[in-house]
This record gives sequence, structure tokens and C-alpha cells, in this order.
Amino acid sequence: MADLLFHQLLIPVLYIVAIVLPLIIAVAMFVYWERKVIGWMHVRMGPNKIGPFGLLQAFADVVKLLIKEVILPTTANRFLYYLAPMLTLVPALAAWAVIPFSSKMVLSNANAGVLYLLAMTSLGVYGIILAGWASNSRYALLGAMRSAAQVISYELAMGLCLVCVLVLAGSLNLTDIVNAQAGHKGFLDWFWLPLLPVFVIYFISGVAETNRAPFDVAEGESEIVAGFHVEYSGSAFAIFFLAEYANMILVSFLSAVLFMGGWLSPFPSSWGFIGQGGFPWLLIKAFLFSFFFLWFRASFPRYRYDQIMRLGWKVFIPIAIVWVLVAGCLKYFGWVTIGTGV
Amino acid sequence: MSRITHYFKSLLLIELFRGMALTIRYMFKPKYTVRYPMEHIPKSNRFRGLHALRRYANGEERCIACKLCEAVCPALAITIDSAPRASDGQRRTTRYDIDLFKCIFCGFCEESCPVDSIVETSIHEYHFEHRGENVVNKLQLLAIGDRFEKQIAADRTQDAAYR
Repeated sequence: MADLLFHQLLIPVLYIVAIVLPLIIAVAMFVYWERKVIGWMHVRMGPNKIGPFGLLQAFADVVKLLIKEVILPTTANRFLYYLAPMLTLVPALAAWAVIPFSSKMVLSNANAGVLYLLAMTSLGVYGIILAGWASNSRYALLGAMRSAAQVISYELAMGLCLVCVLVLAGSLNLTDIVNAQAGHKGFLDWFWLPLLPVFVIYFISGVAETNRAPFDVAEGESEIVAGFHVEYSGSAFAIFFLAEYANMILVSFLSAVLFMGGWLSPFPSSWGFIGQGGFPWLLIKAFLFSFFFLWFRASFPRYRYDQIMRLGWKVFIPIAIVWVLVAGCLKYFGWVTIGTGV
Repeated sequence: MSRITHYFKSLLLIELFRGMALTIRYMFKPKYTVRYPMEHIPKSNRFRGLHALRRYANGEERCIACKLCEAVCPALAITIDSAPRASDGQRRTTRYDIDLFKCIFCGFCEESCPVDSIVETSIHEYHFEHRGENVVNKLQLLAIGDRFEKQIAADRTQDAAYR
């Protein structure tokens, strides 16, 4: 009995802690890194006062947010108001269960990992809608509706991109998808090459899904103050923040896993040490993708709302549909050597 | 034709990539930030900061209570009372108050002064901790003048040729 308890409960809990704890620290450091990078691109310095190079800035912010009061608007729906942040955070963390960190390191090697991921990333939008509605504020409601419409539109394009990957990999299991990208040519074996347009669409949709600039109309400061979380303060706001950044890191990891060969090395396997795959490669790739999020934010002005919708429905979805056919042909006629694994 | 090129330009995200190339170049440029308490930007010798009352080299205060500064002050920040000095009967101020909240640091007092007594120093980092400290009196102004006389004199000599 004790043995069963140990294997069924304690070990998984330890695994979960081993994923979530570094993730939360990564979020804190990512916030710092974002402020630093955007500062540099604005020819400023960014935070540099707290700790060496301002490294402890994010932790100081966390402490500040946690000791602040959570204000409940008088007209808000108390239950839903408090439920919404949790409903946003839980899927953002739960999605990490199926991410393969290396060929052996994965919490749940689920067969339908991609479907689970789609489900979890879509669940997050319920938290946003509830937050907007339960606050009983006009700005919050507008932000929530914009966010919901945007996430649903881009979910379609994103789903179609995933279909292309599934066609080539022939599996819904993320570990299998990465293994299908293994080959002798290093990074030329990965899915980004035959699926280049889809890869671009996937990443841009990922930016739109996480409501990040230039698709951040859901919290457009100049129009609707802060969008769905305008009425939230203190730790409740911190949870929304955590969820948003956890989602950004998740999209970065997913782009790396689905299109950039996950933990595989970009060099041919015959190159010895650097030709071997491993967790550091995935970390480097995900870091580069997360850097793109910040780069976009520093470079582009916010899209107009109708332009966002036009981009999603009239550009991305048609291209993705066409590329599903292309991917099918590539696979069926065997025009590409990838997708066979090693 | 132009529509077609425009179409391909937007489809290949060319302009977006050019924007991103610009921002990445700026990322590595030297930063304009001045880390203020540790670093300072150079200050002009005409900088108009906190006021001071000066003395002659022999220790005699310069102010002769002509009240030109009080008259010229557009913000009515200066209040002066005067009386003959008990020791030698010279006309001197008995009260010289400047309300720093009213003062707009225009420098008219300094320009109007016939004996270069009231000056605006280059001090700009000061604060008050209690109500009423914003009104500085004659003793305080003289003390500031005594303390920073070297700097004040240097600034005035440097600027003398252009006055």
C-alpha cells in the first residue's frame, strides 16, 4: 500500500514540482529579460538597480504584487471573479505535462499529446472571458470579447498548422513527432523546411493566441486601459501575468518541438559531442523563440482590430489549408526524405 | 503590376523583417541612459538653481536692501524688510525671505541686483522635510552663499565676458 502510494502519488508530484518550479522562476526571469531587451531596443538600459544588473527586479515585483490588496469591485460576481485567474493559470501550467524535454524526460507521454495541448491552450480563454464578465466593467468586458474572438480565430489557423505536422510525423505523440524529425542532415531534417509557411503562420498565431504585441488589442492600453484584467490587483493580477508568460514560454517550446526538432541537435549526428541531442538544445531553441516575442513587441505597432481578423481568416487559414494539401502530397509521394525517422 | 509586387511584399513579410533588422541594430547601440545619482550630465554655468546671498571678500554682506529684486520678481516670491544697521547706520535688510514654492527660477532677481548679491547657484538637488521649510530666510541664504562662494564666483567669472 505504501509502495503504491509512493509510486502513484509521490513520484508524479515530485515530477510536477520539478517542472512547475523552474517554470515559475523562468517566468520571473523572462519578465526581467523582456524589460531588458525592450529597453535595449529603445536605446535605454532597462532595470539595473535591484541586484547585479537588476537581476532581482522580477522577484521584487512579485513580492510587491503579493503583499498588495486584492480589490473586489462591489458589483463584481465574487465567485467567478476569484475563479477566473485560476482558470487561466491552471491550463497554462497543465499544458506542460506533455512537453518532451528530451527523449526520456517527459511527465506524461500521452498518445494524443497534441490534442491535449490544443484543449489546454483553448481552455485558458475561458478564464479571460470570465474575468472580463465577472469584473462587471465595460473595459474588462470589451477586452475579454476581443481576446475571445481573436483566440478563437487564430486557434483555427494554428490547428491547421498542427495538421501539417501530424501528416508528416504520422503521430499525435510529441515525442514521436520529434523523433520523426531525426536524421543525418541535422537541422535540414526538421519540419520547418518543408513546412516553412506553416511554421511562420504557427508562430505568428502563437503570438496572437497569447495576446502579445502586435496582437495585444485585448489589453490595448491606449483604448481599453488594460483589457480583461483591468479590475484585478495584487496576487490575482500576478496570476494573470504568470499565466500569460507561461503561455508565451509554452508557445516557444512548442514551436521548437513541432518544427525545430525539439531536443535534437542542429548538427549532423556524425559530428560527435555537439551532434548529440539533449535538453540544452531544446532550451536554446525555446530561448530564441521567446526572444522573438520580445523582438516583435519592440518592433511593431499594434494591429487594428479588423486587420487582425482579416489576417487570421483571409490570409492564414487559406495558406494553412493549401499547405495541408502540400504536406499530404509530400508525404504520399515521398518527395521529402524526412518523416521517416532514423 | 504594382499590386502584384505589393502582394508578394506583404506576403513575404519583407517590411516587417526590415523593421526587425532596425530594432536589432538599435539593441546593440550605446545607451543614452544617464544613471542619475551616480552619473551627472554637465551643467551650464548659467544654471539657475537654489538662491544664495553673497558677501564681499572682507566678509561684509553685499545686499544693500535696494529691493529691486523684490520689485522685479514676477512670482512675488521675495519679501524684504530693511532698517539702518545699529552699528554704523548703513541701510541693510532685516528680513530677506524667498518662498521657493512661489519662485519660478527666472533669474530676474540676479539680473536686477546692482551689487551681485542675490544669485542663483547651480544647486538643484535639495529637499524639504517639514512644512514651512520652503521659505528660506536671510541667514540660510547667506550660509548657502558662504558655503558655495568658490563655485558661484567661478561661474560668474566664466560668464562675465558675455553679460
